[in-house]
Amino acid sequence: MKSEQSKKLLKSGAIWLFILVELVFFSVAGEYFALSDKAFMDVDNMLLLLKQSAPIGIIAVGMTLIMVNGNIDLSVGAIFAIAGIVLLDSMSWPIFAGMGDGVIPFAWGLALLTGATLGAINGLIVWKTGVDAFIVTLGSMLGYRGLVFMFNGENPTSNLNWTLVDFAEAQFLGLHTATWFFLAVVAVVWWLTRYTIHGRNAYAIGDNRDAAVNAGIRVGPHMLINFVLIGVLAALSAVVFYSESGSVNPNDGQLYELWVITAVVLGGTKLTGGAGSIIGTLGGVLAIQLLRKGLGYIGADTSTVNLVIGLILIVVLFIDRQLNTKGKEALNV
Amino acid sequence: MINSTPALRLEGIVKTFPGVRALDGVSFDVVPGEVHALMGENGAGKSTLMKVLGGLYQPDDGKIFVEEKPATMHSPLHSKALGVVFIHQELSLAEELSVAENVYLGELPRKAFGLVDWEQLYSKTDEILGKLNVGFNARTRVGDLSIANQQMVEIARALTVDAKAVIFDEPTASLTDAEKLVLFDVIADLQKQGVGVIYISHRMEEIFKITDRITVLRDGQYQGTVATKQTDEESVTQMMIGRKLDLTRNASHHELGDVALEVKDLSCGDLYQNVSFSVRRGEVLGFYGLVGAGRTEIAETLFGLRQPNRGSIHVDGKEVRVGSPADAIQMGISLVPEDRKGQGLVLGMNCRDNMTLPQVDDLTAGPFVANGAEVALFDQYRDRLDIRTPGWKQTVGNLSGGNQQKIVIGKWLSMHPNVLIVDEPTRGIDVGSKSEIHKLIRELAAAGYAVIVISSEMPEVLHVSDRIAAMFSGEIVRTFTSDEVTEDNLIQAISGIKQKD
Repeated sequence: MKSEQSKKLLKSGAIWLFILVELVFFSVAGEYFALSDKAFMDVDNMLLLLKQSAPIGIIAVGMTLIMVNGNIDLSVGAIFAIAGIVLLDSMSWPIFAGMGDGVIPFAWGLALLTGATLGAINGLIVWKTGVDAFIVTLGSMLGYRGLVFMFNGENPTSNLNWTLVDFAEAQFLGLHTATWFFLAVVAVVWWLTRYTIHGRNAYAIGDNRDAAVNAGIRVGPHMLINFVLIGVLAALSAVVFYSESGSVNPNDGQLYELWVITAVVLGGTKLTGGAGSIIGTLGGVLAIQLLRKGLGYIGADTSTVNLVIGLILIVVLFIDRQLNTKGKEALNV
Repeated sequence: MINSTPALRLEGIVKTFPGVRALDGVSFDVVPGEVHALMGENGAGKSTLMKVLGGLYQPDDGKIFVEEKPATMHSPLHSKALGVVFIHQELSLAEELSVAENVYLGELPRKAFGLVDWEQLYSKTDEILGKLNVGFNARTRVGDLSIANQQMVEIARALTVDAKAVIFDEPTASLTDAEKLVLFDVIADLQKQGVGVIYISHRMEEIFKITDRITVLRDGQYQGTVATKQTDEESVTQMMIGRKLDLTRNASHHELGDVALEVKDLSCGDLYQNVSFSVRRGEVLGFYGLVGAGRTEIAETLFGLRQPNRGSIHVDGKEVRVGSPADAIQMGISLVPEDRKGQGLVLGMNCRDNMTLPQVDDLTAGPFVANGAEVALFDQYRDRLDIRTPGWKQTVGNLSGGNQQKIVIGKWLSMHPNVLIVDEPTRGIDVGSKSEIHKLIRELAAAGYAVIVISSEMPEVLHVSDRIAAMFSGEIVRTFTSDEVTEDNLIQAISGIKQKD
């Protein structure tokens, strides 16, 4: 029993240990290779890191629930771009003319509603057709991206609202707006997984769908809720990000799904469902962001960063497998 | 026994895991041409012993001899090369591949440039299949075979080497009676060819039918080896558990209540036809029949997992339509499924969450789980059912089969169902826990529940039931009261033999 507990602790603590190693490594390596003379662990640098984690992080929280539930959503990057376009474009719609900054809540609301709708479409198709979520969202990833290009061709959609920019760049208690949103999402969804019936059932369905059905749990509605949730979170991520940047490029959000899944898996969520935690995902998101930023700090270029993250992902999953194999059985085969 | 040099001999095998002495000086041998039963409760050390023989575990102490030559097993493949071959309980075949490819999996005959020598593959496989006298050939796709025939493929695989000892691990778990006979023939053939057979099973009838000697393990310790002819079921059971398993007929005849569930003329495709029966509160209705007779399918229909094409289901006298398990649960129909791990439990979740799974919603008014109420409920049923676990936080996957089954039963019991359907209540459960589950089922009936028990084990059905519905190929042939039923007329009924009244 003891060893089981310590193993559990090791597993949930591993990602934080990894983060610690990264911090130490980049601080030390930075002494020799850094391009700037600021320390890596500089407060401003760390605050910026948190802010930069937010777009991927907010979506990753939703993806954790989706994956715990035994599904996957590849369309989040496309939903992110569509929600961004809705946010920026709706502010110039004639019906909102003359409202001044009063248009902002409407634009935000419309963007989130768009995310919810697109997520609901995914969820309904998965529920009603029984087609695997991987295939369904692979389709909607392409389809939703198509919508992005139909809207404005290859051209970016821009609308810079300075009130929004000020809001997005504001710092409260030192943390940026985006960071606050990220932390709030982490807290709310963590609480949802721990203390709501929906959260409990999502785990049960992901772990053993037959047993869940036999316990009278209606699987479909739970999956639908999760897809709506991740749609809203992808839109929220876009809302926070584009409030500041004010311009959506039609290719924005591409590969987000892969970064998000990478973070979630690094954070210990099982691809097969039934296990995973929001706090672990928070760790996964921070670990990746640290790596990207740290490697940049010591002078590596983007391609090197991707190579290293790819390698680390495989190593982490290998270690995880070693921890999870019972006895030597699986090793011998 | 022509040759008395043991095909395989173990001497003082010890294997310890942190906190457990899984094998504590186990010695036994199997001689060529012998069928040697290895028995013991779950957890007695049989699986560990098999893993030692298969090279998956290295023993801490003791020796293994193959034909009196010392041997050290490094891996299953190595064991096989030494002539020690396993037929596993859970079949491990590639369903999309042909029989021949499965038989020679990993060892396909080759031609130049590493190409597969298909002709040789098929002819060699057909040769082996010929010895087994089976009705399929080397080119058949394994996925198209019945479970029994798939097992034959496993056996064929064992025969590709010069096998000294073949180990069967619970081979009849998913076979029908007819298929068992075929398997026993094959085992007898192996015997004639001078192979030593180790036969692991819980089923006494089989053990006494086909084995020559019986070795019993208990708690990792060797309890002794006896000649099958010189012993009986009772003394073997006593060696296994150190006490007796009560399988006397159910004699209690307390007052029965109203009819809780009635089924009229129910049919579902070609799975079962015109099934009618009723069960009263306080009564245990047993369903006995061969695998495939339609018993489980009826249970699944009552629980809303299948829709009937004809007939009606009445709960408390009212006709109902059960569209889904959620509907069934609402009407008070509960199912303890046959496949406990696959359909009954969420193995990664803790004990409490598993027990409250169907009613987390009912324990609280809002959308939030009621942790305190859940723990209280769990504690109550842990005590009532005597579930042995360190606490509710324990992951269900780590419990023994008997305790897992009690969690599933507790899950439904805590919702006070009208009808409790238990499909194969003691499958894969050790003898000690078995009698506890039997007692529990009787107690539930005495407490006024209507219980339906589906079982493939005749002693079990006879022991727990007030009445027994005998099924044969989708129909209830006859419903016996416990006074009428005998082993003979029950067997005749489920084999489709017409009876003279």
